[in-house]
Amino acid sequence: MSEVDFECAECTNPVEPFLRSERMPHIWCPGCGIGTTVNCFTRALIDSKANLEKLVVVSGIGCTGRVAGYLKLDSFHTTHGRAIPFATGLKLANPKLTVVVYAGDGDLSAIGGNHLIHAARRNIDLKVICVNNLIYGMTGGQTAPTTPEHATTSTNPYGTFEPGFNLPHLVDAAGAVYVARWTTFHVRQVARSMQEAFKKKGFSFIEIISPCPTLYQRRNKMGDGLDAMKYYKQASKVKNGAPTGEVGLTKTGEIAVGKFVDRDRPDYRELMVHRFHESLGDEYVETGELVCS
Amino acid sequence: MQLTEIRIAGFGGQGVILSAIVIGKAASVYEGGFATMTQSFGPEARGGACSAQCILSDAPILYPYVSRPDILVVMSQEAYAKFTPELKEHGILIVEEDLVRIGDLKPGVKVYSVPATRLAEELGKRMVLNIVMVGFFAAVTGLVDADALRKAVGDSVPPHFAELNLKAFDKGFEYGVAKVKATVEAGEVEFHAHAIPFAE
Amino acid sequence: MKADPAGVLTGVHFLDGDHACCEGALAAGACFAAGYPITPSTEVVERFAARIPKVGGTFIQMEDELASSIAIQGAVWGGAKAFTVTSGPGFSLMMEHIGYAVMTETPCVFVNVQRGGPSTGLPTLPAQSDMMQARWGSHGDYEVIALCPNSPQECFDLTITAFNLSEKYRVPVMFMMDECVGHMTEKVIIPPAEQIEIEPRRKTHKPHDAYKPYECNGDGSLVPEMAHAGEGYKFHVTGLTHDERGYPAMTVAAQQKLVGRLRDKISKAADDLLLVEQDNTADADVVVVTYGITSRVAQRGIDSARAKGLKVGKLRLKIVWPFPDQLIKKLSQRAKAFVVPELNLGQISREVERAAGGVKTVCVPHAGGGVHRPEDILKAIQEASR
Repeated sequence: MSEVDFECAECTNPVEPFLRSERMPHIWCPGCGIGTTVNCFTRALIDSKANLEKLVVVSGIGCTGRVAGYLKLDSFHTTHGRAIPFATGLKLANPKLTVVVYAGDGDLSAIGGNHLIHAARRNIDLKVICVNNLIYGMTGGQTAPTTPEHATTSTNPYGTFEPGFNLPHLVDAAGAVYVARWTTFHVRQVARSMQEAFKKKGFSFIEIISPCPTLYQRRNKMGDGLDAMKYYKQASKVKNGAPTGEVGLTKTGEIAVGKFVDRDRPDYRELMVHRFHESLGDEYVETGELVCS
Repeated sequence: MQLTEIRIAGFGGQGVILSAIVIGKAASVYEGGFATMTQSFGPEARGGACSAQCILSDAPILYPYVSRPDILVVMSQEAYAKFTPELKEHGILIVEEDLVRIGDLKPGVKVYSVPATRLAEELGKRMVLNIVMVGFFAAVTGLVDADALRKAVGDSVPPHFAELNLKAFDKGFEYGVAKVKATVEAGEVEFHAHAIPFAE
Repeated sequence: MKADPAGVLTGVHFLDGDHACCEGALAAGACFAAGYPITPSTEVVERFAARIPKVGGTFIQMEDELASSIAIQGAVWGGAKAFTVTSGPGFSLMMEHIGYAVMTETPCVFVNVQRGGPSTGLPTLPAQSDMMQARWGSHGDYEVIALCPNSPQECFDLTITAFNLSEKYRVPVMFMMDECVGHMTEKVIIPPAEQIEIEPRRKTHKPHDAYKPYECNGDGSLVPEMAHAGEGYKFHVTGLTHDERGYPAMTVAAQQKLVGRLRDKISKAADDLLLVEQDNTADADVVVVTYGITSRVAQRGIDSARAKGLKVGKLRLKIVWPFPDQLIKKLSQRAKAFVVPELNLGQISREVERAAGGVKTVCVPHAGGGVHRPEDILKAIQEASR
C-alpha cells in the first residue's frame, strides 16, 4: 500500500496527494462541477482508507472523462462510451482491484447506454460515478439523453422535445445494488455515498447532478455556477428509499436526492464461480488474478 | 489411398455431420492419412437438408470441397434428389433403404442399401442410425480400416454412449459384409474404391 | 519461455479451424476472452467457454462487439492475455478499439473468420474481403500485424504466433481466417507444452518512481515496457496522443514522435515479421502470390501449369501485414508477372502491384461465397506468362 502523507506540510490542499499536480491546471471551466466531485472522491478515499495501489479509475470520453488523467492512481482514459466494458474486463481479470468508472451522462447513457444496463444486469462489481451535467460539454452543448424537456441546446436550438432518461430508474430496473443521487451542492453526502459504494459488492451507481455554466446554464438563462448551487440547494429534496420511478428530473423542478437503492445480490463473479463449482466439481480451476506469463 | 470424395447427406438430426467426422478422423488420425471434412451451415444445417463432405487421401488435400463425389451416402429422399446428379459415373451410392426410393441412375453406379433406422431401432436407439450407416459404409467400400473407425466412433461420442455406438457400428458393418458376400456370390463385379485425379 | 501445460491439449486431433484457433489461444496462454455470437466465428469462443473453466480463466459473452473488443483490453491491463473473435459486421464494430489498442500499445489478438460482405453479406460462406479493413479499418495512421492460416493445423500454430507477436511488439494482431478454413475439419497435431515457445509479456521491473509507461528503454527497442494495474505504478493510459509519461500531449511534435514510433516499431521489424512459404520462386517467370484458403486452391492451378512446362512459383503469405515489400521487389527482378488470386475484388493484388514496381500483376478476383476454380487460376497463370 502506498503511503500518503495527509499531514504533509508542503501540501497546500488536502486533495493534492491524490492528484497529478504536474498536469494542472485542469481543463474544466470556472463554475464546472466536475472538480467538486473529484474533491468529494478524494475525501472518500481518505475517509475509507482505501488501498490506493489497488484502486483503479476508468473513464470514457468527455469532460468527466478527463478525471482519470488527473488522479494519481492507475487510470485509464478509454474510448467514448466504453469505460464500463473496459472496466468489466479489468475487474474480471483482477478481482482484487477496486474499479471505479468515472464518466459523464452522455458517455454512460447514450453511446454507452447498452453497456450500462448490461453491467447492472450482470452485477459486475464496479463503482460507477456519473457526473450528470444534462448536456454534452466537451463537444459544445448538444442534447444528451438526460437533457430535460424544453431545455435549449445547440442541437435543439428551439428547445428539446424528446423525453430524457431517469438514470436511477434505469439502473435500478437493470439490477444495480446501490443507487444514489446528489448534486454538487451535497459534497458531504456525495463523499459518503462514494464510501458506501467502495464497500458495496456489486454494481453501484452514483449520479451527481452538476452544473455546466458555459453551455447548459448560460444557454438556458440559468445563471452561473453559483446560481446553480442556489438552485440545487433550493430544489433538492432528500428522499432516501424513494421509488426510482418517481425521481425523474425536469428543467426547473424538484431534484429528488438521496440513496434510492441499497440491496444485496451475488455479483457476476460469485455467480460464475458458484456455477462452475456446481457443474464441474473438481474439474473447475478457480482463478483469482489472471496474471499472464 | 488415392483421393476419394465422399458426400453424406440426410436431414437435420440424423447425425450426418458426426458420421463424416468419424470417417475423416479414422482415416487421418488413426490411419495416418489425410482427410478434409466440410459441412453445410446456416438454416439448412438446423433441420431440413443437411450435408457433409469428406475427402480422403494419402497426400495432403488442397481443394477442400466435393463437387463430384466418388461415394454418396444418403439418408433422405430430399438428399437423394439433390445430390445424386453429382455422383460420378461408376460411383457408389449408399442409401438408407426405408427412407430413400431409388430412381434412374447414371451408368455403372453401384448401389448398396441398408435399413439403418430399423437396425438402430433393434438396438433401442433410433439416433444411432448414422453410426450404423458408417459401419455399413466401411464394409461395402473397404476404404477405411474398421478398427480405425471403431476408435473414431469411441472418441467422437459422449463416453456413456460409446458402447451403444460401437454396437451400432458393428451391426451396420456385419450387415454390409453379408451384403457384399451375397453380391459376390450372385456373380456381380466387386467394387474397388477408385480415385479420380484432378481433371483440369 | 515454454507454454504452460495447463492449456495445451497435446495429441492428434480432428478439429475444425475455429476449434483449432481456440486451442492455439489456450496454448499461447490466453486466459480471457470476450465475444459476441456471429457466424462463422462463434465456435472459437464456444470452445473457449467450455474449456477455460477447466484450464483457469474467464470467458464473458458481452452485449456487442464494441464491448468485447474493449473488455479484452481491460483484461490485458489487469494482467491477462486476451483475445476476441468475430466476423465481418462485428469486425466493423471493433475498428475503434483496434485503434485504441494500437495507441495504448495493448497486446491482444482479434480473430476475424471472414465471410462474404459488405454488410450482412454471406454469413455462412467464405471471403477474404476484410484484408484491407484489417490494415486500414481504424482511423489514423498506424501499423498492425495480420496473419492468414490455410488449414486447421495453421489455425492452431499461427494463433500462437499471433499472441507471441502481439506481446513482442505490444500491438493488436489480426488473425484473418475465413469461413472455409474455420469450418474445415482436419487433423491437427498439438505438440507437448515444452515444444511450444511463448513470448512473455514485456513487463517492467523498474522502481515505481522511475517508470514512464511510454518510454523506450534505450536498448534500441521501440517497444516500451508494460505495467499492470494494481502493481503500484499509478500509471495513466489514454487514447489521446500522449508523451512518455502517458499524459495527453496535444502538439505536433508529440504526435509526430508517438505516431512515428508506433509505425517504426512494426515497419522497422520487417525482417522479423516476414513469414512466407516459397516454392520454386527463384527461377519463376510467374509468381502466384496467395494467402489463406486460396493458397490451397491456387496450388492445384500451379501444379497444372507446371505440368504444362510453365515456370511458376508460389509465394504464400502467412503474415500479410506488414506487407513483404522487399521480397516482392526482389522477386520482381526475375519474374515477368505476378498472379494474385483472392476472395475479394482486388485487395492484396494492389499491394503486390505497388511493390512490384511495374512488373505485370494479374488479379484473379472472386466476390466470395466459395473458392476459386483451380482452372481459373491456371488460366490466369497462362495468360500472365505470355
